[in-house]
Amino acid sequence: MSRSLMPEEIMETIHMVQLENLDIRTITLGISLRDCAHSDIHVVARKIYDKITQKAEKLVQTGEDISREYGIPIINKRIAVTPISIVGEACESADYVVLAKAMEQAAREVGVNFIGGFSALVHKGFTKGDDRLLSSIAQGLAETERVCSSVNVATTKAGINMDAVYLMGKIIKETAELTKEADGLGCAKLVVFCNAPEDNPFMAGAFHGFGEPETVINVGVSGPGVVLHAVQEKPTADFGTLATIIKQTAFKITRMGELVGRETARRLHIPFGIVDLSLAPTPAVGDSVAAILEAMGLEKVGGHGTTAALALLNDAVKKGGAMASSYVGGLSGAFIPVSEDAGMIRAAEEGALCLDKLEAMTCVCSVGLDMIAVPGDTSAETIAAIIADEAAIGMINKKTTAVRIIPVPGKKVGEKVEFGGLLGTAPVMSLHSYSAEAFIQRGGRIPAPLLSLSN
Amino acid sequence: MMCPKEKQGQERASQRVIVTVVGEDKVGIIAGVSGVLADYRVNILDISQTILQDFFTMIMIVDISQAAVDLQKLQCLLKEKGEEIGVQIKVQHEDIFKFMHRI
Repeated sequence: MSRSLMPEEIMETIHMVQLENLDIRTITLGISLRDCAHSDIHVVARKIYDKITQKAEKLVQTGEDISREYGIPIINKRIAVTPISIVGEACESADYVVLAKAMEQAAREVGVNFIGGFSALVHKGFTKGDDRLLSSIAQGLAETERVCSSVNVATTKAGINMDAVYLMGKIIKETAELTKEADGLGCAKLVVFCNAPEDNPFMAGAFHGFGEPETVINVGVSGPGVVLHAVQEKPTADFGTLATIIKQTAFKITRMGELVGRETARRLHIPFGIVDLSLAPTPAVGDSVAAILEAMGLEKVGGHGTTAALALLNDAVKKGGAMASSYVGGLSGAFIPVSEDAGMIRAAEEGALCLDKLEAMTCVCSVGLDMIAVPGDTSAETIAAIIADEAAIGMINKKTTAVRIIPVPGKKVGEKVEFGGLLGTAPVMSLHSYSAEAFIQRGGRIPAPLLSLSN
Repeated sequence: MMCPKEKQGQERASQRVIVTVVGEDKVGIIAGVSGVLADYRVNILDISQTILQDFFTMIMIVDISQAAVDLQKLQCLLKEKGEEIGVQIKVQHEDIFKFMHRI
């Protein structure tokens, strides 16, 4: 055998999996539902169910086979579909909850834990289907477990649809209210985007975009523990060295995603889409993005220096990952979901990490304000204002930003919410008390920004 | 040479598997593991032994193309053997290591 593998290399890979939580976070099968349109919504629901169960029949089994053969955990197998606002557009009925239930049934049948695409893209305005979808979101999320919803309210080229932003504030409140028995869990499955990517494999924001093929396999990798371990080994390295260490580690992590993605695609006879170069934390000890930032030399994530540390981390992950994969896409970057990251939870509880710092962090990393619990009496206007701020960051900086926020019914600042599993534990965070009501109620669109004269 | 598979078209040609054995050094580890491999006509291509972080570590590269078992069955057989002799045995397709460490 030419260029034999060294024992150290083999053991390094095994250690990454066994001790540092290296895993493939998700294999996500994208399915176009554009051919499911019909004027009778029950026919659409049946077509949706039939198509998903047929296309995804072997997804879970294939993922499990690959996981066993290579000895690498594949945590989630998921499905993303064409935004339902498009699929349901031709229906005479206005209640799309029926379609959410069809997605739920199909997801149960094929054994996936989440299905994304109860979605609409309304950055410029609403069609009939968009209106109906938005008014079905709260009920749809309350009556299903596995369905995820996302709404794109802004893009760099279109500006921010502030009517949609306000509406989303109200829908988030309504969703929290309808799922109040579970502490507003419905909101954990609802993402509001600016510049939403069409090939994102991660939930809750995954949907199958308009430029995508009939079916596609996208993969999301994860490995904060591996990066943490590498950073901890060089506590005094200068920034150039630090960036190099992270790049090398990200390269190795991403190669796993590339391998699993290609192999899944080959076995299912489905085109391979992209690897999402992500550092996705879990509540497990040692699997934290916050811990990496702290290992770089910050006393606590959220303190001064956090934004710079995160910028370095995010960029190095992308550079290393881009070399490792033939196709890169999705959200690609470090995620900072508060409830899903043990270090973030701790920092928020101790008051080191506030919402303003999180907002600043979203300027330099993947996605945005993610899995943030706020007091249940927060107004729809305040939530809309938070969404507008985040969308503005995305719009101006030509990047994806998102808000996944949970106004937890009956809870106040300092209390805790247990969502369980990968969704973790969220401390209820404090917000500014000053109102943005008059600003939000203006309505209309914030125009698209000038992209030159950039200062 | 970004990926061995690209050269070989759509089919995964390699039938090489890496067997790693980690545990306390004792008599009969190699005999136990290679006995199972011989019983099922698994060809051993390479063996190396080392002490890594205080543990006995044996790495075998084996070929299962002529074997009487597939990869999943071999994983079960060696897992049982590992439990019997008190070591941890992992059986993984070679590509995971090649993909991570070779470009």
